[in-house]
Amino acid sequence: MAIPGVSSGTRVTRDFRPGAWQIARVVATWNETNRARSIAFEVDDWPGHLAGQHVDIRLTAADGYTAERSYSIASPPEDPRIVLTVGRLEDGEVSEFLNDELREQDAIEMRGPIGGAFTWSALQAAKPLLLFAGGSGVVPLMAMLRHRRLAGSSIKAQLVYSARSLAEIIYRRELDVMAAHDPNFDLITVLTRIQPADWTGPSKRIDRSFVAQVLSRFDRPVDAYVCGPASFVETVSSLVLELSETGSAIRTERFGPTGP
Amino acid sequence: MITRGFHGKRKTTNPERLPPGQYFTNDFPVLSAGPAPRVNIADWTFELLAEDGAAIRQWSWKEFQALGASDITADIHCVTHWSKFDTHWRGISVERIFEAAGIAAPPAPFVMAFCDGGYTTDIPVQDLLNGKAMIAWQYDGEPLTAEHGGPARLLIPHLYFWKSAKWIRGLRFMETDEPGFWEALGYHSYGDPWREQRYQGD
Repeated sequence: MAIPGVSSGTRVTRDFRPGAWQIARVVATWNETNRARSIAFEVDDWPGHLAGQHVDIRLTAADGYTAERSYSIASPPEDPRIVLTVGRLEDGEVSEFLNDELREQDAIEMRGPIGGAFTWSALQAAKPLLLFAGGSGVVPLMAMLRHRRLAGSSIKAQLVYSARSLAEIIYRRELDVMAAHDPNFDLITVLTRIQPADWTGPSKRIDRSFVAQVLSRFDRPVDAYVCGPASFVETVSSLVLELSETGSAIRTERFGPTGP
Repeated sequence: MITRGFHGKRKTTNPERLPPGQYFTNDFPVLSAGPAPRVNIADWTFELLAEDGAAIRQWSWKEFQALGASDITADIHCVTHWSKFDTHWRGISVERIFEAAGIAAPPAPFVMAFCDGGYTTDIPVQDLLNGKAMIAWQYDGEPLTAEHGGPARLLIPHLYFWKSAKWIRGLRFMETDEPGFWEALGYHSYGDPWREQRYQGD
């Protein structure tokens, strides 16, 4: 009989301790959209990470004031750099700094990798991969897809990416190329507010029939990952929980504010 | 290390209430590793268990609520760096639960909180007593939503908020401090925000 509060699964053997603060040097920056920027860092003693993990960063002003935040890692474990894709938050002291001020050869403090629950490894994967991204929630899922590609994995993968408009789709070109070249990867883009005139894709918020339709593409249990704003994750993950085959695993990561 | 070009924006008039590495928010973010579990209140129970799983005492939802409620107003601090001030909760204090179970002295120094959905977290018993913790079913005057851990969650505001286990179903006493869900994944065993104990080894 399982005792509540005692794990009956295998004990985690990997050491998930994030380690000390390190200096992270900016080696490149580029804009992904007009509201998101990617920054590539070099960290001398980076211990490696799993796709889906995140880092803590720390900024210190001259008067000693510090600000710390968490950011998902966009780069796969195969990339020697740590790439973060940061969105611009209105009146956000850290996101403003990262988007507008930080430049090549600057350095910040970084700590990680953090988080052992929302991770995916191509080498350990047995089930098809089903990813739901809401807005900037695509970042850790992109690390998973990049890792999958670099690992040469042929595991079936589906990304459902919901954003308000095409202009807000991060990594758009890279995802289109991936979908065009990989027969085992499929991309569905959902544009919920503004669609181009010739848009033939989905254009309303993800609902039960949509999730049922997506799940019908799989004939066995899936590894599902849902990431984005809290309301998106709540809606989508509970639908996937309700409609997916027994034996599916559903992991969630939520970003950002819950309110207006 | 001074970060070139960073000046920061102080958002709160009470910076002394912010533990290191935290920022103030008026929002109430939701974080969890999986979807909110579906809970049928008719089947809901809260249990106190001995280390071997033997039940010390069990209550149904109605019985639990009848034990008496109290209120806590507290600042809360999430390991993902946000802090929220003056949050209002209603529920039953843990020492009232122990009293109702006839526990004069806790049988072991630690507990594992266990929850619908499989979440667990480990806590020293002393940190649950003396008004420091409750099982809460109301937030800000309203029934606790599923997203925020309803029907009931543990509330232990002096530790990082991952310790305030959502969807709680009971406490199992333990002799040693075994790691719960996040603790086994590298988060700190204790989690004091004022000593910035986010991860193992901090």
